[in-house]
Amino acid sequence: MSDPFVKVEDLRVQFPTEDGIVGAVDGVSFEVAKNETLAIVGESGSGKSVTSQAIMGLINRKTAKVTGQVLFDGEELLSARPDQVRSLRGKRMAMIFQDPLSSLHPFYSIGKQLVEAIDVHQNVSNSAAMKQARDMLDRVGIPNPDRRLKDYPHNLSGGMRQRVMIAMALLNSPELLIADEPTTALDVTVQAQIIDLLRDLQREFGTAIILITHDLGVVADMADDVVVMYGGRVVERGNIDDIYYRPEMPYTWGLLGSVPRMDAGPSTRLQPIPGQPPSLIRLPKGCVFRPRCAYHELVPGNRCDTDRPDLLPVTPDHAVRCHLEPAQRREIAIERLGAHTVVDNSPAADATPSATPTPASGGTQEEK
Amino acid sequence: MVGMLIVLSVIVFLLFSVLPADPARLVCGKSCTPAIIKSIDHKFGYDQPMYVQYKEFAKGIFVGRTYGEGKAAFECSAPCLGYSFLRNEDVTVLIEQTLPVTAQLALGGFILWMVGGVSIGIVAALKRGKWQDRTIMGVALIGYSFPSFFIALLLIFFVQIKFGLIGFHSYSAGLMWSDPVEWFKVFILPWIAIALLYAAFYSRLTRNQMLETLGEDYIRTARSKGLPERTVIGQHALRAGLTPIVTAAGLDLAGLLGGAIIIEQVFALPGIGRMSVDSVTTSDLPVITGTVMVAAFFIILANLVVDLLYAVIDPRVRLA
Repeated sequence: MSDPFVKVEDLRVQFPTEDGIVGAVDGVSFEVAKNETLAIVGESGSGKSVTSQAIMGLINRKTAKVTGQVLFDGEELLSARPDQVRSLRGKRMAMIFQDPLSSLHPFYSIGKQLVEAIDVHQNVSNSAAMKQARDMLDRVGIPNPDRRLKDYPHNLSGGMRQRVMIAMALLNSPELLIADEPTTALDVTVQAQIIDLLRDLQREFGTAIILITHDLGVVADMADDVVVMYGGRVVERGNIDDIYYRPEMPYTWGLLGSVPRMDAGPSTRLQPIPGQPPSLIRLPKGCVFRPRCAYHELVPGNRCDTDRPDLLPVTPDHAVRCHLEPAQRREIAIERLGAHTVVDNSPAADATPSATPTPASGGTQEEK
Repeated sequence: MVGMLIVLSVIVFLLFSVLPADPARLVCGKSCTPAIIKSIDHKFGYDQPMYVQYKEFAKGIFVGRTYGEGKAAFECSAPCLGYSFLRNEDVTVLIEQTLPVTAQLALGGFILWMVGGVSIGIVAALKRGKWQDRTIMGVALIGYSFPSFFIALLLIFFVQIKFGLIGFHSYSAGLMWSDPVEWFKVFILPWIAIALLYAAFYSRLTRNQMLETLGEDYIRTARSKGLPERTVIGQHALRAGLTPIVTAAGLDLAGLLGGAIIIEQVFALPGIGRMSVDSVTTSDLPVITGTVMVAAFFIILANLVVDLLYAVIDPRVRLA
């Protein structure tokens, strides 16, 4: 990550409500380079969608307090004029949303919705914009694009709608693409097609992608780096091998343990994470994950109840927010996830060419 | 639609036919004898069985009918909605005289309240929770809870009597073309009175619709495309929130076209609503039948138009 194209520093988003302040995102930092994919993983309510919307400037600043820094190609966006961010939005950075049916306007034709996105950023004639829209539909693999331009969202299947969303996001060749659960609403075969499509497009345009998902299968397929979020915070950050082979945080273990893996034995049982995600209004005083963590008793002096752990580096690229000792963590990881997945943390191990494990797509124990 | 009108005409016809009021006696006057009543009954067909009377009535609408016999016979040409023996005039002619007044009143008020109510509602939605929103909604609630005659009387009292701003003007046929300024002065207060009442309702409706659609995912998508806020709100959000507003607007306009009874009464406008009230007090049955038919026609027509508009607004309603 030599050239951080997008750099998020200490991002905080707070929503004042009648019950108290909801700290949806609390001090999140990460970087994304061009041509790379960063996956943000976590349960619903972990703050990953809010993070992405804050980057895009889609959080209503009248109802929420957003602080920190979002550097986009060196330009700070949180303090920029709304109009300046708007001119970037849809042009240099674009977003694909989770539910393509509710995210497309039901009363406007596909063509109108695509052309609109072109017209606002490019000075082209209507017919040229129409042709661009048509070509992009073709590019994302929609058969018979001329006819589809005249169709309405309700005429299309779920996979086609998501392709339309992707086409819409790519119309102005964005340099940053944020995909918020792009495959959640789709069935598994279509999921694979959409992921392939995103990968192809990244190769072609060199886009930086922020992939927001709770689907570890999709992460394994696409991501270079992974940020694991819990309760509005980053609890573990590392490259894809760190997270899959050397996970250090109990929540990450929980996520990995709740996904079926092709490389685990047939008798391995899935292990759900017990309990519920925390309410972001009254967070526990100590570690946010403490109520659901099976290992907090191993930490002496009840520190998990009293101190918030910091996000501390294990290696330069890999950081973890946990009070457990590194040796303890490695031991538990080997015990929980099988020895063959947890490779030793030596530089030699880092250098070994590693085939990314491929958990079957879908089916973490979370909702949606 | 035609079927509904037929059913409706039968019901209206039957209802008024079973009323205890005897139309012949009402025309007959003081020196009334059974013989005269009988001759009147015969002249207007009241001595016929009910279904024959209805047949005559229906025939009158489509091809016209003849009242009386011999030398006293006179023609009521189609569409004949009956003959008012109290006013000695075809009901159709009476409606032709009064309906334009009501139409001018209703359409003017309609434009005012739609433009006013909808834009006020949008402002309130955008300023949700702020003082602008609270003020607008508070005023709207007051406006909504005032009876229309009260608003009308307030307007007359303050604008015309106390401050003498407009003065008193009376309507005459064709005024709109012969003297537009005078015409405007006749109608401006009635328009405002109607608009205030309805705008209160429409601003609340629009505000709630807008708040609902502004929270939709496709509004976020529109913003993520980098569309300017005026496009997001003025096109994407408004279009999506339009359906219930169109429904209400269609029916309210139709209801008004059937006669804005109170407003016409207060402002002394010779509209169809005022004629209906007069006819009820004088038991002028043919006129009542006619005005009810006209009002019902507008309601049914409005329903049809609203349904067609749905298809224009929402492509999901269109036939595949």
